[in-house]
Parts: sequence; structure tokens; C-alpha cells
Amino acid sequence: MIGLTHYLTLAAIIFTIGVFGIFLNRKNVIIILMSIELMLLAVNINLVAFSAYLGDLVGQVFALLVLTVAAGEAAIGLAILVVYFRNRGGIAVEDVSQMKG
Amino acid sequence: MTLTSLAFYLFATVAVASSFMVIASRNPVYSVLFLILTFFNAAGLFVLLGAEFLALILVVVYVGAVAVLFLFVVMMLDIDFAELSEGFLQYMPIGATVGLILLLELLLVFGASSSLIDAKPMPQATPEGMTNAEALGRVLYTDYIYFFQAAGAILLVAMIGAIVLTLVPSNNPKKQNIAAQTARTRDEAVETVDIEPGQGI
Repeated sequence: MIGLTHYLTLAAIIFTIGVFGIFLNRKNVIIILMSIELMLLAVNINLVAFSAYLGDLVGQVFALLVLTVAAGEAAIGLAILVVYFRNRGGIAVEDVSQMKG
Repeated sequence: MTLTSLAFYLFATVAVASSFMVIASRNPVYSVLFLILTFFNAAGLFVLLGAEFLALILVVVYVGAVAVLFLFVVMMLDIDFAELSEGFLQYMPIGATVGLILLLELLLVFGASSSLIDAKPMPQATPEGMTNAEALGRVLYTDYIYFFQAAGAILLVAMIGAIVLTLVPSNNPKKQNIAAQTARTRDEAVETVDIEPGQGI
């Protein structure tokens, strides 16, 4: 029988893959943003699983809010990326620290 | 093994495999496509959990908006991605160590508490005789109306922020200059030309 632990384990694996992705692709901001999306998806799986487990819909409400914030974060992050690319002609993360002031 | 278990293992396996491919692909376009696959499988898991509305929202918002946004940006920016993935193997050991420790710790927590958790079968959050969307709406628009409004405000701010960041000011804006308009006199605005008959100007 599929219980809560199965869903929590799946979410933990996806979250870990997200963290791993940030370490692995340290130069590629686009992959880093996608890794953040993966981590937020893992959080959503946790929220919905607990919502079903406890028989309480509030978990789904919060999953909806996490979804909203993730969408906004992706939009702003990609906008910053486009502006950065326009100014520097590349998206190397290591050069970002040169942008002072 | 029931159909539900089979569906769970199918969705879970594909979700984990495709999310690993998101971070392992050399080509970011493939990464985005695997991200879409991951979201589709997560939507399937949400359906299994009885959250149909969130499942469809996940498909609409993530696959329809966010993933397409990623695709746009990946294809619009002219980047040498081979150069970006250079340090891939260099960061592998430290990343694998941190990821493995994190995963082991998380699984240890579930392993220690699974005997407590799994005693109860998974019920559905949606009450009997009501669709998931209706039940969610009854909670969202009453008890959590301020959270809902705040989510709308976040989306508005994100939209304005994205526009402000990426808007390129026009070189030749069509603006009205009232001072220049009223400073014009008849002498500089009107010219009298004497045209000979049968000739152009």
C-alpha cells in the first residue's frame, strides 16, 4: 500500500536532486533556476501528501501559494538573466560579483 | 499490487529519472523538456493524492507558462553552453557528498517515523460529494482570502518587475513637447512661396 512515507521519500529524492543540480551546474544560471523549481516542486509534493494524509485541504491552499511564488520567482529570475546578458554578453555566474554599485 | 501502487511507482520513477536528467543534460533545451516531463509526472501524483485542481494548475502554470518561459530565454540568449558546463566534473565530488548526506538524513527521518506514519491509510482531503475544485474554493475564498489576495499581489509585482527590468526605452519616443509647441511663432512655422504658373516648387 502506498502510504505517506512513499511520497515523502520521493519528495526528498527530488529535493536532493535539486540541491545536487545547484552544486553541479555552478556556472549555468538557467540550470540553477530549474533546480530551484525542482526543489519547490518537492515542497509541493510534501504539502499535498500531508494534505491528503491529514484530510485537511489547507495543505493544498499552501501548495497553490508556493506555486504562485515559484512562477513569480522564475519570471523575475529570467528577466534579471536577460538584462544581465544584455549588459555583459554572457551569463557566467562568476562574473556577477564584479557588478558593484 | 494494486493499480494505484503501480501508477505511483510509474510516476515516481519517471519523475526522479527526468529530474535527474534536468541537472545532468548538457543541452539546456533538453533540461527544460525534462523539467516539463517531471512536472507532468508530479501532476499525475497529485491526481493520485486526490488534488485534481492542483494537478491541472501545475500543468497549466508550469508547463504552459514557466517552462515555455525557460525555453524562450534559453533559445533567445546566444550562449555557448559547452563553455558553461566546463566545471561539471570539478564540482561533482563535493556536490555528490552534500547531496548524499542530505538524502540519507532525510530518509533516516522517515525511516525512524514510518512506523508511526503508515499506521493510517491515505484518506482523501476532499469531502464526500464534492469536487476537489469546489472544496478548495470553499476554503480558499473564505478562510484564506487574504493569502489569496497576497498571491495576486505577488504576481502583479512580479509582472511589473519583469516588465521594468526588460523594457528597452525607445530611441525616438513620440512625446509631446508643449514648450516647443507654444514657442513657435508664425514666422518660423509658415513660409510663403511664390510659384510661377506651369512649374513645380
